[in-house]
Amino acid sequence: MARMNMIEAIRSAHDIVMDKDPTVVALGEDVGYFGGVFRCTDGLQRKYGEHRVIDAPISEGGIIGAAIGMGVNGLRPVAEIQFADYIYPGFDQIVSELAKIRYRSGGEFFSPVTIRTPCGGGIHGGQTHSQSPEGIFTHVSGIKVVMPSNPYDAKGLLISAIESDDPVIFFEPKRIYNGPFDGDPEKPAISWNSHPKGEVPEGYYTVPLGQADIARSGDELTIVTYGTLVHVAIAAAKETGVDCEVIDVRTLAPLDIATLAESVKKTGRCLIAHEATRFGGYGAELAATIQKECFYHLEAPISRVAGWDTPYPHAFEWQYFPGLKRMSAGIRRVMETE
Amino acid sequence: MITKSRLQIPRPTARPGEEPDFSYLDLSPAGSVDKPPLDARTRDIQHLSSGLIRVLDDDHTAKGPWDPGFDKAQLQVGLRWMLMNRVFDERMWQIQRQGRISFYMQALGEEAISIAQGMALRSGDMCFPSYRNQGLFMYRGMKLVDMMCQCLSNTRDMCLGRQLPIMYHSKSGNMFSISGNLGTQYPHAVGWAMASAIKGEDHIAASWVGDGTTSEADFHHALTFAAVYQAPAILNIVNNQWAISTFQGTAAGQRRAFAARGLGLGIPGLRVDGNDFLAVYSATLWAADRARRGAGPTLIELVTYRGGAHSTSDDPSKYRPKDEWKSFPLGDPIERLKQHMIAEGHWSDAKHDSLIDELRTEVTAAWKEAQKHGTMTEGPWLDPATMFDDVYAETPKHLESQRRRMLEVEGGK
Repeated sequence: MARMNMIEAIRSAHDIVMDKDPTVVALGEDVGYFGGVFRCTDGLQRKYGEHRVIDAPISEGGIIGAAIGMGVNGLRPVAEIQFADYIYPGFDQIVSELAKIRYRSGGEFFSPVTIRTPCGGGIHGGQTHSQSPEGIFTHVSGIKVVMPSNPYDAKGLLISAIESDDPVIFFEPKRIYNGPFDGDPEKPAISWNSHPKGEVPEGYYTVPLGQADIARSGDELTIVTYGTLVHVAIAAAKETGVDCEVIDVRTLAPLDIATLAESVKKTGRCLIAHEATRFGGYGAELAATIQKECFYHLEAPISRVAGWDTPYPHAFEWQYFPGLKRMSAGIRRVMETE
Repeated sequence: MITKSRLQIPRPTARPGEEPDFSYLDLSPAGSVDKPPLDARTRDIQHLSSGLIRVLDDDHTAKGPWDPGFDKAQLQVGLRWMLMNRVFDERMWQIQRQGRISFYMQALGEEAISIAQGMALRSGDMCFPSYRNQGLFMYRGMKLVDMMCQCLSNTRDMCLGRQLPIMYHSKSGNMFSISGNLGTQYPHAVGWAMASAIKGEDHIAASWVGDGTTSEADFHHALTFAAVYQAPAILNIVNNQWAISTFQGTAAGQRRAFAARGLGLGIPGLRVDGNDFLAVYSATLWAADRARRGAGPTLIELVTYRGGAHSTSDDPSKYRPKDEWKSFPLGDPIERLKQHMIAEGHWSDAKHDSLIDELRTEVTAAWKEAQKHGTMTEGPWLDPATMFDDVYAETPKHLESQRRRMLEVEGGK
């Protein structure tokens, strides 16, 4: 075991699979010599060479398109898109190609590409460095969508993603790269050092795709969330004194419906939280699914805490970000105490 | 002199009712373009992207350094497959017109490209085709009956009923799955080629797009990656003059030849008479040999003419002169190869006609066989429950549940 932050855990996942499987290659902008703008691939090019850790042109469509071709030719590419906000030039390659190659070729061709990309706000990134576009991708059949909330899961899920024969989009909430964040920007930043999920095995292990995690057990209310907001939800449970069960979805698609349904049937109340904008978002799918599975157990309407339906504003970061205040208000709303 | 800014709207030289005019096409006499060594530097061979590599002359002789010196048997193989492509297309077009398949696209007038390039590549090379490369599938061993079954979406359809007609693929034939989204296969080819080099193999990749698709971002992504990493790839632009109703000038083909699109990146470009079977073969072989020995990618523009409609869904008489193809200075690739073979003493009109009859019989037999596996109106039918397979490597629970629901509500086959 070692103490790792999320960056070190992600780097370790690369290292472990690249060492184990010579077909794994990493490519992306600044990932090679420099080791990535967030340092997630630091040192890997020196260890595995320029043919396996490839500095790519600034061409997200090209990175994903070329990665698909490499995957068809027997490699397992891990493509980094420097910010999730930059993924859109590669959107057609993801939606029309990567997600559909297996299906349209009757199962004969596939391309096991993993796309890693930092997402989310809370870092003063403005609208081009703060977006949470996961719901755009959960809508696409044929790709898996993952977002870890801690170093242990980040490493285990990334190894599973790279080893998966399905394409995976792996969103990394960059606000919590260096430490958990409880949604209160006034508090000083903390590291992963004292967090139990900052303890990460140095060797190989996996966290399976498609399984949600119960990040906090509770009886009164289920909060279904993922990424940075897992930590906000846990803090809000403490602040409100409501015994919340916090479900970390981890794999957004395909969704672990059973874990969600079991929890909501137990608590009878459900709050869904994500940083992404609300309208037409992933939370709506969660709400519809839980309503269908748990209708007769619900004691209050399912409610959502989300980013406002505006672009992500630079100056109003903490009015925009669904932090501790909004999460706590959401809890009280569902508990009908507000 | 231009005194204020204005848009210059590209217009074709002729629209319906006007006289065809191909004066915009720069032509070089057969045999006049030199053939450089494989390790030539891009800057030294820029003229190859503006000239026109031609071997077959108007007098039906083969001329110049690009003549591959084919023997009788090789010529007959080429002619046979080009004719097969045409005969097959002719039949499938009729079949679509009879309402027995939903859609079709023919390669009329462009057959030399798929067949000659197929012959120049090795079986281990990977092809990322466009929707008009059916000849390449045929040449690389796909059975006609399998192509027909794909067009019928029947029980023998390789795509299991999931794709529009003509979107074939062949894993064993190293033919990638065709996409309806234009140009997406170009960066795949470059990535595949990069992987080949990473693995230390000498297989190369080839891909095809049309003149219109050169405007897509993926075209430029692919060229950039190919140039940066010197990927062993052949990137082909089939300039058939028309992208549905949009003439090649709207893709800026009038300003400079498409073959020159790679020069800014240092990728050599060959502008080739796409209706000249021998020139297409030689140019492709040159590019393949270059790629295989680590000298990097080549961009090949194949100048041809789309002899028919874009697909069964458009009527070209609405947007171009009816007989424009007859005026196309590079003629018909099959007729040109046939006349060359006759001039060489390898062929005759009688042999030609009898070969066409033979191929038509083969196509008819394949169609009979294909229908046994199901038609649009008669079974056997594909099992609709299979629509949930292959979305993922293993079918997740929500899809299993939707499969059950579909069978309950819609019923099985």
